[in-house]
Amino acid sequence: MRNGLDNRNAVACLLAIGLLCAAFMTTSSLALAEETPYAAGERLFSQCKTCHEVGEGARHKIGPHLDGIIGRVAGTMDGFKYSTAMREAGEAGLAWDREALDSYLAKPRDFIKGNRMSYRGMGDAEDRETLIGWLANVSVSVPGAVVEDKAEEAHAPSSFADIVLAMEGDPEYGEYLAGECVTCHQASGHADGIPSIVGLPRDYFVTALFEYKTNVRSNEVMKLRVNNLANEEIAALAAYFSELEPQ
Amino acid sequence: MTRITRRRLGLLMGAGAATFAMPTYLRAQDKPKVVVIGGGAGGATAARYLAKDSEGAIDVTLIDDSDQFTTCFFSNLYLGGYRDFGSITHSYDKLQSDYGITKVTGMAVGVDRDAKTVQMADGATIPYDRLVVSPGIDLIWDSVEGYSEEAAAIAPHAWKAGPQTQLLKEKLDAIGNGQQIVMVAPPNPYRCPPGPYERVSMMAHVLKSKGVDAKIIVLDPKDKFSKQGLFEEGWAKYYPGMIEWYGPTVHGGIESVDVEAGTVETGLDTFKGDLLNIIPAQKAGMIAAEAGLTNDSGFCPIDAASMRSTEDDSIFVIGDASIAGAMPKSGFSANSQAKVAAMNIRGDLIDAKVFPAKYSNTCWSLIESDDGVKVGAQYAPQDGQIASTSSFISQTGEDEETRKATYEESIGWYAGITSDMFG
Repeated sequence: MRNGLDNRNAVACLLAIGLLCAAFMTTSSLALAEETPYAAGERLFSQCKTCHEVGEGARHKIGPHLDGIIGRVAGTMDGFKYSTAMREAGEAGLAWDREALDSYLAKPRDFIKGNRMSYRGMGDAEDRETLIGWLANVSVSVPGAVVEDKAEEAHAPSSFADIVLAMEGDPEYGEYLAGECVTCHQASGHADGIPSIVGLPRDYFVTALFEYKTNVRSNEVMKLRVNNLANEEIAALAAYFSELEPQ
Repeated sequence: MTRITRRRLGLLMGAGAATFAMPTYLRAQDKPKVVVIGGGAGGATAARYLAKDSEGAIDVTLIDDSDQFTTCFFSNLYLGGYRDFGSITHSYDKLQSDYGITKVTGMAVGVDRDAKTVQMADGATIPYDRLVVSPGIDLIWDSVEGYSEEAAAIAPHAWKAGPQTQLLKEKLDAIGNGQQIVMVAPPNPYRCPPGPYERVSMMAHVLKSKGVDAKIIVLDPKDKFSKQGLFEEGWAKYYPGMIEWYGPTVHGGIESVDVEAGTVETGLDTFKGDLLNIIPAQKAGMIAAEAGLTNDSGFCPIDAASMRSTEDDSIFVIGDASIAGAMPKSGFSANSQAKVAAMNIRGDLIDAKVFPAKYSNTCWSLIESDDGVKVGAQYAPQDGQIASTSSFISQTGEDEETRKATYEESIGWYAGITSDMFG
């Protein structure tokens, strides 16, 4: 997440330490009750940040960036490959006002059938309200504005990832290698507990794989697969998946 | 002019349309034919990848004796009450409608390797240029004395998913206070190494959540088993005193079973169960031996770089029926092997590019709600064998969040592999 709010984070940290102390003396529910709405929103967003960024310099990851999400028409961000279901919902007039976001977050798969957000849902209505409020609060763009994706330039990949990004991947080889990926990451772009990797921007894809190689990301299955991939194989996979269209 | 039936006319029209998209040497009437025997994780994947990647240049026929497929993987979750039976049962409709695969519902009973034809139980013969044999396992009934196909109606094996799985569930749900379940686990090599132990976990989960005070005894012909440390840790944590696992040094060898009396005789003791779950030794599905593709082990030797049978260049054997070196017999392995076989077949028949073989496997197991564990490895051909190049296993003592994420990952994998198999 790049929300550029380091001092607020620091405050949140101090608060968290205070709350930890409080938890020794009181019940944890009381501690939660004393959490500021900002800290609570940030805590709730930790479930989202594997896939979404918000705030200054936010970029598309597995999911589209959420800066200025409130009021944005669904499925319309440049540079992100949405599911057909999400694009059609936008064309039919769906805009992400607070009410629509609330229904969506409660049960994403039911709200828009066939969308590919891999998230079971946030059951607690108060949590949803807190999170939506926080998203509005940390957004730097004008609500609802169509913000251009800053994908390539805002990003500083490791030098190893740079080497791979400079390589021309062979999509045909990528398609064969992808056989190993699509056993879990569905080729249709649908997601049921494992994130979609269909249409991921090349630089994001390559950087993510290098993050498994360097233990920044920790999933054992992914680490195992990636450690067995040579640079040209990563380049081939990135070339293949970035061109793939979700269904 | 000769008589043209409607069926024939349809074929001719189909051929005409296909000519536009294909080089002239691949006109429909001389399209190479691939026949796949077995519509599970190996066969369905092979058929789909052949059809998808050849873009109509190969005529693909899939033979399975059922018109739908119940996956063995996740059938333990059905036993545990986490999935309904419909959610682990899949149709072949999309493979036919979206990929143009011909599905033949019937039993393949023989292969004439000289004529390159498959014989069906109903007398039909189906010609092939390349044959994929993916029949899964057959049970060696008499590996446990007193057990038989008939006895399985009383003491289910449930090691092939379907009615047997439903029967075991029915009997499990009927277990009451003070009763006992006895499982006889299979000797190596067998389908799904952690399967028996995940099953025991799911049985205990059902009993525990209903508050039934019953015991589960596992009589194992093996000294140790897959993910043993993880399962034993989980059993002690969630099901204290409910599960007892005995290796051969404790029971002295499994001698016989009497399903009517509900007893298992071992070298040192007699065990009585109100429910017996007998999982016998296994071999490659019958058609593999009929086709002369098996060796003394009962399974099929293959070329590690391609999954091609060492007995016949035109035949590929994948999945549980094959001897795949270090790879376990699992749905994930079969799916992975199918892609290597399909690529090599396209290389044989339509000059597609053949890349070096890579194989992978991951097996997830559920111990209790939201407590999943996994083991996985990568494989590559080395010195003529499929060898493991690296691996991982879940650790004992992992935190709840990790275990929950592992379980959720397994749900994602199930959705992924079944759509990779059936479209």
